Amino acid sequence: MQLSKDLMAASSTPLVLGVIAEGETYGYEIVKRVEALSKGALNWTDGMMYPLLHRLEHQQYLTSRWRVGDSGRKRKYYAITEEGLKVLREQQQQWHVINDALNQIWRDLKRSSNDGYQPV
Amino acid sequence: MMAINQSDTTFDIEQNIEQWRAYVLRHAAIHADDADELESHLRDQIDALMQTGLHTDEAFMIAIKRIGNLQAVSSQYAEVHSGRLWQNLVFATDNKGWVGDFISAFWLALAAALAFQIPTFFGVTPETHEWFFARTISLFCLPFLAAYWVVKRQLGTAGWLTVTGVSAGAFVIMNALPWQAESATSTLAVMHLPMALWFLVGVMYTGTWWRTDARRMDFIRFSGEYAIYFVLIALGGGILTAFTVGMFSFIGLDLAWFAQQWIIPCGAMGAVVIVGWLVEAKQGAIENMAPVLARIFTPLFTLLLVAFLVVMLMTGRGFDVQRDVLIGLDLMLVLVLGLVLYAVSARDPGKAPSLFDYLQLLLVGAALCVDLLALGAISGRIFELGVTPNRVAALGENLILLVSLSGYAWHYVNFVRNRSGFAALERWQTGFIPVYVMWAVIVVAIFPLLFGF
Repeated sequence: MQLSKDLMAASSTPLVLGVIAEGETYGYEIVKRVEALSKGALNWTDGMMYPLLHRLEHQQYLTSRWRVGDSGRKRKYYAITEEGLKVLREQQQQWHVINDALNQIWRDLKRSSNDGYQPV
Repeated sequence: MMAINQSDTTFDIEQNIEQWRAYVLRHAAIHADDADELESHLRDQIDALMQTGLHTDEAFMIAIKRIGNLQAVSSQYAEVHSGRLWQNLVFATDNKGWVGDFISAFWLALAAALAFQIPTFFGVTPETHEWFFARTISLFCLPFLAAYWVVKRQLGTAGWLTVTGVSAGAFVIMNALPWQAESATSTLAVMHLPMALWFLVGVMYTGTWWRTDARRMDFIRFSGEYAIYFVLIALGGGILTAFTVGMFSFIGLDLAWFAQQWIIPCGAMGAVVIVGWLVEAKQGAIENMAPVLARIFTPLFTLLLVAFLVVMLMTGRGFDVQRDVLIGLDLMLVLVLGLVLYAVSARDPGKAPSLFDYLQLLLVGAALCVDLLALGAISGRIFELGVTPNRVAALGENLILLVSLSGYAWHYVNFVRNRSGFAALERWQTGFIPVYVMWAVIVVAIFPLLFGF
């Protein structure tokens, strides 16, 4: 399934913030985690995620530092800030609202098709 | 056997990654740090793909493909780090716009030069009406520079109306009010009008009606480069004029009057517009000057201010500062503020605090002390000698500087202590600019009413 560009763009900030909120991590891991979470449906262009990370850092939702990981490779690790957690919570509420609304629509649609309702 | 191993033996992964990295770095908006980050991503991806059984070359190809179109990625970087194109090489595309830009700049420069000459056709020359020209000179050129940005940024009718409206308003204030020749308020107005008009240029320059922080910072960078270019071009123009007059005098032709009436004023007015075009056109073509100069002069000015404070405290001459010294102090504080402005705008906000930031903090601290001293002196003068427009203007300026510099100091302390990012400081800087402008407008338009022209 191919997700629409708009949807990917809108969901990228909460996804990235959410993954980083789970613990300090780096770009490649974030991409993999998001891929796993969406069962492969969210397939970002990898390079595009870094400007997004920098933007979030610029807005002080993230902090970053260079660290040599277990594999001996130098990586830039990102951690979430208080400010970032606040934004994440706000995003969470917003997505809940949309999620609830959509769920209700799906339910209603199903019910009306079960009733055998035919639009005139 | 040969066939199976071929791809592994002929494919040098390190060399390929290096080539790819060099290609990534050709994009102006991507810095070495970012290339490091992308490279470590690429290597992780290659490792993962090779674990699924792919050959190095195949893994390399797929990993590169997944990083995506570098042109698109780099434009994303440019959007996040808007300052970078200022510090770096070639903005890749679109060189053909230069010619078109130059043509509009040229016509506007010509218009500015002519505007200066129009009054002379009616017998109003700089010699006979010195005061008229002093009052109006910034209105002959800066509105045309603002107009250039209206064209370039495609601001349309709203832009034209704003530029015309503000200029007309300023013209009326400067010429229709019943000024007394050479009064303190009129001198103050002449000094403050260019600042207000420069803000008009800024609003047009941003192309977003001063709405985004990133564009405001761009305008501060633009202003720094502009000042340097203007001085350089003025020097060049001066030499050219001197040679012209000199050469012709050898063959018995006196061109001094021509230079004075035409070359110098028209050249200066035109240069105001042309320099604007030049700074923008070469933005990103070479390493910029303002940041370099800011780095050289920050330590020197810090030294000067600290030495001045020490001498003042040791000799105990703090509070009987004389009028001339006070003017000098204020001018220097404004210069220091300019220096701080450019240093902030030239800094990569992503970098960790460095020695230069401590130096900058020291400079701001020293400037704050000098400002307090000046404030003490100026209030002393007001109490002793009464209120004059000059003293009130100085008092207001020192108070604004006090607030502004305190803000810088506060944000710098937070920044070097890692309590907040550099972005907070940038926001303070760009947010405060309208305050300077408001004050300039007050001095131009309200002071004459308060102090009887």
